[in-house]
Amino acid sequence: MNPIVLSPGDIAIAASLVAFDAILSIILKLNLHRQVLWAAARMVVQLIAIGYLLRLVFALHNPAATVAVVAIMAVVAAREIAVRPERRFKGADGMILSATGVAIATFVTVALALLTALRPHPWYEARYAISLAGIVLGSVLNSGSLALDTLLTSISRERPSIEAQLGLGESFTAATRTLVRQAIRRGLMPIVNQMSAAGVITLPGIMTGQILAGLDPLEAVKYQILLMFLLAGASGLSAAVIASLALRRLTDDRQRLRLDRLR
Amino acid sequence: MPDTTDPNAAGLLVRHLQSPLAGPFDFAVAAGGCAVISGPSGSGKSLFLRMIADLDPNDGEVRLNGTERRSLDGPAWRLRVPYVPAEAGWWLDAVADHFAPANREAARRLAADFGLVEGQFDAPVARLSTGERQRLAIIRALVLDSAALLLDEPTSALDTEDAMRVEAALQARLAQGCVIVMVSHDAGQAARLRAEPYRMVERKLQRVVLAEARA
Repeated sequence: MNPIVLSPGDIAIAASLVAFDAILSIILKLNLHRQVLWAAARMVVQLIAIGYLLRLVFALHNPAATVAVVAIMAVVAAREIAVRPERRFKGADGMILSATGVAIATFVTVALALLTALRPHPWYEARYAISLAGIVLGSVLNSGSLALDTLLTSISRERPSIEAQLGLGESFTAATRTLVRQAIRRGLMPIVNQMSAAGVITLPGIMTGQILAGLDPLEAVKYQILLMFLLAGASGLSAAVIASLALRRLTDDRQRLRLDRLR
Repeated sequence: MPDTTDPNAAGLLVRHLQSPLAGPFDFAVAAGGCAVISGPSGSGKSLFLRMIADLDPNDGEVRLNGTERRSLDGPAWRLRVPYVPAEAGWWLDAVADHFAPANREAARRLAADFGLVEGQFDAPVARLSTGERQRLAIIRALVLDSAALLLDEPTSALDTEDAMRVEAALQARLAQGCVIVMVSHDAGQAARLRAEPYRMVERKLQRVVLAEARA
């Protein structure tokens, strides 16, 4: 089965829908037409740029180029995680621990899929590695960011009760255990929702894309199931690693609560 | 004045205790002794207690009955010198759950001694008054049977009768050789506990001479 190849004309027809949004905005005075058009233009430029970049990297067959592309994506994700919380670490700590969590979660799950399920030759083939990393990073970002934000907010808020426990000789781990649990739970919520909704409320994008491209629905479903499992693992790893590293940074060798390390 | 030089003397010994925020402090309380610190708010009284409990980063030597705090990890040290803040936090819904099962009986007895009625020990924390919570927070530290107690304004929310009940329990601990360091604005309290009076002024600790204390 051959995928249906889109011509520029096909896309131009779909673009008229964006024009419709803009006209709607003008008629209803939503004052959004500029933003809609600008966002649409940005989206087109960004995607075409990434398309050319991917084509270039795929053609290079150079592991270093693949690693570089994935590393840049991971750094951007780590930065998002580190700056999102309202209370965040002073200096580079937040960035370092987010990057560690992102790197571990992404590498473990992507490598697992490439080495066991997909098995391209070579296993680090850019076409597969970059695409998978791109999908996984979305979940890693989401769960890591939720877990970190929840943890830092709740630990700042619960300072009196944490210090009351420390003051009575409780260990830092015991005094913060419930808060860490809540943070990791929170990080896992999106993927749990995504899995429960898949196929009933939503048709996941990857699967839909493959079906549109001509793949048999059952084959597409198998891919989607594999991806969901990867995303679940990546979310768990990201939330757990980032929450534990953040927790370690919030204490010291005397098991004090070091909120002075936050701003 | 207790001996501030013998590192193995029974009691609490503090030498060159300082942090970027307060100190240096040199301070000693013999076993069975009590020190009461007064002073304007923001003068560093709570900081001083937190530094002894090692809850804020600080330097210096602190010994309890000869044991240097650095020879123990943070929690083991604080188990020996529990610190009760002026407004202690609660981390579970029911009061009783804040006590280890092994300590609940002792805690119930102390609650009765402190004038709390039976049901309050099993009540949700949110339903208790400030004064009830304050007494229960002191009980959390008392059941640990520690060799020292750091109490930050332990009776500030109590009426005279309840304050006396708490003082009676503290006196019993002193008689057993426990060291108590507390922050209090009640001059009568220091006298009743036969405490050494101290005054914190701009993050420096001064011993109050007796003539001044009487005045």
